[in-house]
Amino acid sequence: MAIIELEGKSYPCEENETVLDCLTRHGVQVPSSCRAGVCQSCMMRAEQGEIPKAAQVGLKPTRVTQGYFLACSCKPQDDLRIRFPDAEGLRMGARVVGKELLSHDIVAVRLVPDKPMDYRAGQFIRLFRDGGLSRCYSLASVPVLDEWLELHVRHVPGGQVSGWVHGDLSPGDSVQIADSSGHCFYVPDQQDRAMLLVGTGSGLAPLYGIVRDALHQGHWGPVWLYHGSHGSKGLYRVDELHELERQFANFHYVPCVSHEKPSNGMRQGMVLDVVAGDHESLDGWQAFLCGHPDMVTLGKTQLFLSGVSLSEIYADPFVAS
Amino acid sequence: MSLYEQLGGDAAVNAAVDIFYRKVLKDARISRFFQGVDMERQAAKQKAFLTMAFGGPNNYSGLDMRRGHAHLVAQGLDDSHFDAVVEHLGATLKELNVPDALIVQVAAIAETTRNDVLGK
Ligand SMILES: Cc1cc2nc3c(=O)[nH]c(=O)nc-3n(C[C@H](O)[C@H](O)[C@H](O)COP(=O)(O)OP(=O)(O)OC[C@H]3O[C@@H](n4cnc5c(N)ncnc54)[C@H](O)[C@@H]3O)c2cc1C
Ligand code: HEM
Ligand code: FES
Repeated sequence: MAIIELEGKSYPCEENETVLDCLTRHGVQVPSSCRAGVCQSCMMRAEQGEIPKAAQVGLKPTRVTQGYFLACSCKPQDDLRIRFPDAEGLRMGARVVGKELLSHDIVAVRLVPDKPMDYRAGQFIRLFRDGGLSRCYSLASVPVLDEWLELHVRHVPGGQVSGWVHGDLSPGDSVQIADSSGHCFYVPDQQDRAMLLVGTGSGLAPLYGIVRDALHQGHWGPVWLYHGSHGSKGLYRVDELHELERQFANFHYVPCVSHEKPSNGMRQGMVLDVVAGDHESLDGWQAFLCGHPDMVTLGKTQLFLSGVSLSEIYADPFVAS
Repeated sequence: MSLYEQLGGDAAVNAAVDIFYRKVLKDARISRFFQGVDMERQAAKQKAFLTMAFGGPNNYSGLDMRRGHAHLVAQGLDDSHFDAVVEHLGATLKELNVPDALIVQVAAIAETTRNDVLGK
């Protein structure tokens, strides 16, 4: 008999019983709908223990690698420690080791966590201003390339956390963060696939991480990165990305400005329009969209209608808390 | 062999989902009902819909269908929209070279849910 542990409590699972049935029987509320492994309403995440393959059918590879599973299709053979998918990660301390102005309203913040943190470039962490007040920021760093976590924080006018980051936060400070989460990251399951990454503003952060991660893991299919901003002063890491283009022949970096005449190497227009002009069909591509929520919503539909499969679209809209 | 197996099971659902949902989003008669539903959740919901229409494994009751579409009925969901969805379902299967005899069976399954989906 397998024991299921959730939020510090143990629930014994009967022979042939699913995790969903077991938890429901013990009075734990778990969202569910089809109870047949299709609608993904009952998705949970395992922290420890072996997940039967049947419980991960249909999930994105980025979910599978992180131990997500469908409770309605999971008949555990072994004990499992599980949590709800949106449960906050482990809290830990971190030290600020660097802060650098990237553009007129975006700073890079570098953090070294007190204990090693397992993460993937493109995921996000939660940064706490104090006990209760926190916001999500995406990781532009890559575990094997960078010794620190790097965030790109845009200053939102009147923003409680981004204002504090831009103003008070200084190298040497100690802060609290919560463990990485999110499923916008690179999985080397098909290294010849064409990848499209589209971001606006500090939406470049996760994409900067994903692109470097993919290229350094040997991805050899074409990788196109589009970064959009109102004007050229909002673009950043331009030299680094052009350098990356020189280093990797399959990488293409396209900076776009929407409200300004473009100068050297930039393109004029809304970033999604520039993408549409460059690529008639995106059949078989994988796509990542990060940044302004309106751009992300529009982009998902546009890219899907251009041929990207629903299952190959990864997105993080930077929605306000 | 069940209808679901004849169609090819979850491989058929995976093959159909992108084609079907592109048709739905491009159809101005019904696309508005799908706006604002998150894409990732949508992919799973579309698969749930197709699995059900293909006669595959699911535990949806009529009541589930009523509850699941009630907010759409409140927005004006009616027979014309239902017909449009069934039309796209048929066209999708045709595109995948599914024999007409099976398409008729799929349409018949969808038809059994009409009153529940439309809250009649
Ligand atoms: C998954 C995820 C990843 C994210 N990653 C990043 C990242 O890498 N870099 C980054 O800079 N941000 C990122 N964000 C956004 C970030 O979490 C905060 O929402 C943002 O920094 C604003 O927080 P604040 O406390 O400064 O502003 P608040 O005090 O929460 O807001 C102040 C005022 O500004 C408004 N507001 C909030 N956000 C915006 C906005 N974007 N545009 C216009 N008005 C706004 C609010 O409605 C409010 O009126 C991410 C969000 C999510 C959900
Ligand atoms: C033809 C018969 C239909 C069947 C069998 C059916 C079945 C389903 C199923 C199984 C789900 C997923 C429920 C869940 O697990 O969460 C669903 C969701 C949905 N259906 Fe239908 N459906 C039908 C018709 C329609 C029609 C005609 C429309 C609108 C034009 C529609 C719009 C939607 C939407 C928008 C959702 C997502 C709801 C949400 O989560 O916000 N469906 N349907
Ligand atoms: S309840 Fe639908 S996948 Fe589990």
